[in-house]
Amino acid sequence: MSNRHRGSWIAGGVLLLVALSSLIVPALSPYDYYTPQLDLISKPPMLQGGHLLGTDPLGRDLLIRVLWGCRISLLIALVASGISVGLGVLWGATAGYAGGTIDALMMRTVDVLYSVPFVPFVIVLTVLFGHELWLMFVAIGAVSWLDIARIVRGETLSLKRREFIEAARVSGVRGARMIGRHIVPNLLGVVIIYATLTVPTVILFEAFMSFLGVGVRVPLASLGSLIADGASDMQAHPHLLLVPAAVLAAIVYCFNFLGDGLRDLLDPRQQS
Amino acid sequence: MLRYILRRVLESIPTLLLIVTIAFALLHAAPGGPFAADKAMLPEIRHSIEARYHLDEPLWRQYLRYLGDLAHGDLGPSFQYRNTSVNQLIAAGLPVDLTVGLSAIVLALLAGIPIGLNAAWRRHTLWDRLPMGLAVAGISLPVFVVAPLLVLVFAVKLHWLPAGDWVHGSPSHLLLPVAALALPYVAYVARIVRGSALEVLNTSFIRTAHAKGLPAHRILLHHTLRPTLAPVVSFLGPTTAGIVTISIVVETVFGLPGIGRFFVTGALNRDYTLVLGITILYGTLIILFNLLADLCYAWLDPRVRLE
Repeated sequence: MSNRHRGSWIAGGVLLLVALSSLIVPALSPYDYYTPQLDLISKPPMLQGGHLLGTDPLGRDLLIRVLWGCRISLLIALVASGISVGLGVLWGATAGYAGGTIDALMMRTVDVLYSVPFVPFVIVLTVLFGHELWLMFVAIGAVSWLDIARIVRGETLSLKRREFIEAARVSGVRGARMIGRHIVPNLLGVVIIYATLTVPTVILFEAFMSFLGVGVRVPLASLGSLIADGASDMQAHPHLLLVPAAVLAAIVYCFNFLGDGLRDLLDPRQQS
Repeated sequence: MLRYILRRVLESIPTLLLIVTIAFALLHAAPGGPFAADKAMLPEIRHSIEARYHLDEPLWRQYLRYLGDLAHGDLGPSFQYRNTSVNQLIAAGLPVDLTVGLSAIVLALLAGIPIGLNAAWRRHTLWDRLPMGLAVAGISLPVFVVAPLLVLVFAVKLHWLPAGDWVHGSPSHLLLPVAALALPYVAYVARIVRGSALEVLNTSFIRTAHAKGLPAHRILLHHTLRPTLAPVVSFLGPTTAGIVTISIVVETVFGLPGIGRFFVTGALNRDYTLVLGITILYGTLIILFNLLADLCYAWLDPRVRLE
């Protein structure tokens, strides 16, 4: 058991390190992610000049571009999973607490939305409305809340029958206040677990879109677009593919590991 | 059973209508049009092109016209590929995606189920820890990372397998795309099977089987496997539909002539009918595979009633 906890701590520490260095290093480095240096095209990692991970085909520092990619990934982890968790919790808690026709209608909507092919929708939305970064974040968040809504509704249904909710109702608490003050805080454990499990999916969604060229706009780099650029040049310069691929895999791995650890910790039913 | 299928098919019509309506509204609400980019075009020519594709009509008429054609199974002409219908483009591309996608699902099941069962049977040993540790890594490696890496190793460095130049029906051209697509799903299936098998192995009928002195392989294959597969089946419904979408990535990396690339270029070029047609196709696939998964679920677990 303690072994697992240690693993989760390490995963959290790695993520914190990535977050801090992606915030600090680009601010301190003499290089930026967009200025080409045509005398330094596709250099391998070198100490001279401080290009620790080498440069890309336009001579831009790969470390800085990868760290900008990490910024995008972590930003989407915050924004998109925030939106999806917020929407999912509100929807699920309202449906579960209200019950009856409202519940049936709201959950039927979720069922219908499960059949909507979201990947094409997000691609169309982002492409047609001009590759706005925030729009992609909101779109990805807005399509990832269905699972959370279902789980939260289930939890709310069992929570509703508990004594303290009854006590609150007797003392006159109703509607939105009941959901906000008494139901949602008690859902926190489940919500934290599923938020952690949502994070890797939204990070991969953004990277997937940028890989296809329908995500971030050049010259800004995302880990997905760096992987796509690296793949087109991998024969001559494999490090351009390997570095961003390894960083993306490490970030997603840490979030997955953290999610598994939290589930073991907070969800007693999963323990064997 | 037949009644159930019929009801599900009828229920899917409003869902599809919703998908069509949202997609149609979204496409037409966006700035720019399919022929707006060609600045050099004479106004007369533009008018005649727009009249040909009925883009000069009011929106509600275009919408009704589209729905009417759709009811006949006609997805309309592509704007971008002149003299080609969306139906023809889909008919050309879909078999490629289905071949690659379904092979990947089969591979994921063939590899994932034994790994997961074995891990559950020998829980907390190296046979459990090592594959499950690798499985967390597996679900962290998306297809667009695995695919270029496989090309780098097996095509560029080792020259064992071709990396592109798709030849229809050639198994060696299928191998790398299918492997790249299947790898994350092997990990997912193994994790689900392990979790589900752990629960099944704790039940009393398994204890009875042990008590009767049945050998391990018989307990696993005859008693554990079938109830274990139920969550796998409900995972497979949306996943099989999704894998056809995700295969855009392997299409891009391996140069496969599937529909995913039509979709991306169609979106970039405002090819309304092509984008709509493929969106409807994806929606239909999701509904279809979910129905198939529910039918399989009822077959695996006879207690489930289809109603």
